[in-house]
Amino acid sequence: MHISEGVLSAPVLLAGAVLSLAGLTLGLRKIKNEDIPKVAVLSSAFFVASLIHIPVGPTSAHLVLNGLVGMLLGWSAFPAIFVGLVLQALLFQFGGLTTLGINTFAMSMPAVLSYYIFRKMLKKSRNIAFIGGAFGGTSAVLIGTLFISMALIETEKSFFGVAITLFTMHLPVALIEGIITGFVVLYLKKVKPEALG
Amino acid sequence: MHLEEFSEGNSFLHKADPRLKIIVFSIFSILCATAHGLKTPALFLIYSVFSIFIAHLKLRKLFSRLFIANFFIFFIWIFLPISYPGNPYIELWQIKISHEGFIYALSITIKANAIIVATITLLGTSSVNSLAHAMLHLKAPKKLVTVFFLFYRYITVIHDEYLKIKRTVYARGFVPKSNLHTYRTYAYIVGGMLIKSYEKAEEIYKAMLCRGFQGFFPLFEHFQTRKIDIIFSVLSIFIFILFWFKT
Repeated sequence: MHISEGVLSAPVLLAGAVLSLAGLTLGLRKIKNEDIPKVAVLSSAFFVASLIHIPVGPTSAHLVLNGLVGMLLGWSAFPAIFVGLVLQALLFQFGGLTTLGINTFAMSMPAVLSYYIFRKMLKKSRNIAFIGGAFGGTSAVLIGTLFISMALIETEKSFFGVAITLFTMHLPVALIEGIITGFVVLYLKKVKPEALG
Repeated sequence: MHLEEFSEGNSFLHKADPRLKIIVFSIFSILCATAHGLKTPALFLIYSVFSIFIAHLKLRKLFSRLFIANFFIFFIWIFLPISYPGNPYIELWQIKISHEGFIYALSITIKANAIIVATITLLGTSSVNSLAHAMLHLKAPKKLVTVFFLFYRYITVIHDEYLKIKRTVYARGFVPKSNLHTYRTYAYIVGGMLIKSYEKAEEIYKAMLCRGFQGFFPLFEHFQTRKIDIIFSVLSIFIFILFWFKT
């Protein structure tokens, strides 16, 4: 779900950078010194999880899990996702420096939204927790893809076809993302309920 | 996991000061990404290609990396030439290909690849840790860099954990398919990794407290800036600005 360098126009890139900077500042302020290792190692776990490929019908997709990041870390999802994207740009050249802003915002803002909307459900009974997790996971991927599509169309109207296809391709991914996030929530509820606060 | 494929070497760019390389790269990518048309991006690409030879990189590895990183660009080629509203059209098996759309897609491709190559030759030639270290000198927030250090360090640890869980799951006859059982199994694998992360984080924090942690890692080593690094950087930035404004 990351846009390459050289595609988006300067105003869109700048808007993404400014929004991400605001989110990062807020997220970093929320991290107390004692939380630094937690945010960092959870970011590592999400980075490793994003390398896992899951079969989806005839093809496979990799996990995004930004909804789960958001529900576990709140605003700290911004720095957590940011470091992951920086590393991906450095090591694999997916995304890049100028698109770092828009990519960070497109993944982190939906994560924070999931935190505010669905986090409360995770403390309730198992069924409600599963539903909350599933919606949190699915919506985070969908809204993120929506942001990316908007950035593409804002840059150039004829990107409409690319944007629509990108969005459609992510529909099954979002669904599976939801199912998996729901089950992860159930697992955490059983093994480490305090993580869901 | 060996991730820093290009960071080992003895070339000029491998030895150059990471702080300067970050600055040069940042200016390169911002100017290149915001360039228009074909000529300016092409000049930036020439600079990138030139830097491959300065960095003495293995071309085969570089090309395989470029191939994967161009996935999104490939995607754009499918759509853009057909949907761009421009004249004149070139007819090809009943599909109208817009000349301007073709130019636009080509421009994006050149820009993207110029920046990808520059990422490898300028940043990829330093280790990730020294880049993070350099970011501290460039006044990035200490907390963010500290998170990044620990994040990068613990990827390998958590990845080993993942491999261990995966081995046990496969040993019990797990076959991934497109069904609920598979998704639940993967969710539990991720859950297991998260539990490990929470435990590790607590251990790390205690260990850091024992060593007097106060919210950041103090800088111990410092970089050496050679004269030739400064000459290279100033010259490069001058060339970029020339590319951008004169074409």
